[in-house]
Amino acid sequence: MIIVANKEEMPIIREQDVIPFRNRVKDYAVKAGMSILNQTKLITAASELVRNLLKYGGGGRVKIEAVTSGREVGVRLTFEDKGPGIKDIDLAMRDGYSTGRSMGLGLPGTKRLVNVFDIKSELGMGTTVTIIKWKNG
Amino acid sequence: MDKIPILKMGDFLLITIQVDLYDQLAENLESDLVNAVNKFKSKGVLIDISAVSIIDSFMGRILGNIAIMSKIMDAQTVVVGMQPAVAITLVELGLPLNGVISALNVEKGMELLRKKIYNGYNPEQDYDHSSE
Repeated sequence: MIIVANKEEMPIIREQDVIPFRNRVKDYAVKAGMSILNQTKLITAASELVRNLLKYGGGGRVKIEAVTSGREVGVRLTFEDKGPGIKDIDLAMRDGYSTGRSMGLGLPGTKRLVNVFDIKSELGMGTTVTIIKWKNG
Repeated sequence: MDKIPILKMGDFLLITIQVDLYDQLAENLESDLVNAVNKFKSKGVLIDISAVSIIDSFMGRILGNIAIMSKIMDAQTVVVGMQPAVAITLVELGLPLNGVISALNVEKGMELLRKKIYNGYNPEQDYDHSSE
């Protein structure tokens, strides 16, 4: 069971919101006691997802949570947009696939950086991506 | 508006990225740099990223673009000082930065650039020699 110790929400509307958001994620990662490597992985994953949120979802909200599960502590991030949604999630999760002008490694690459990666999307309703990085994950 | 300074050092351009890059800043750097290569007829570009803690796919693409654009303009690009955690993260992300030449630090990067451009011949040394 995952227990939430501390949380906050940030709106992500413009590109300028990205750096303050990344800094907050870093604060949470440091507080969880993550190594530099795991901090870097989490912040890079967050950066990829927040970029998708802006580019494809037209902005949205991100929830940052300090979570614990048994002996593990970590950070959970939930990215929520009300954009067009993803037509074929399996396809979007494949290496090398992208509809935008990025390099097409956003989602699968991001998944490799974190311990839990969950994506839900409904056409016309939006997309929600949840990731967890454990301190020792 | 923030700007990343591009320093001219002889035939080289030196860029030290000291802040977290957001998209606009990175895109501006890309175009400023290509313009500077053209203006100063630079032969080499050295980008120090030792203060950069995050490189995501966008930033990686910018670095790759800079290397390719400089090459087309007949200049070599070397990226120096990548933090170990950044290197590991980039590979796991699936972004091996193909085409970007790197060196451990500024000193080694300069050496590499000289080697690539003058083929090991250092015009400054030659100058010192002839003045004796």
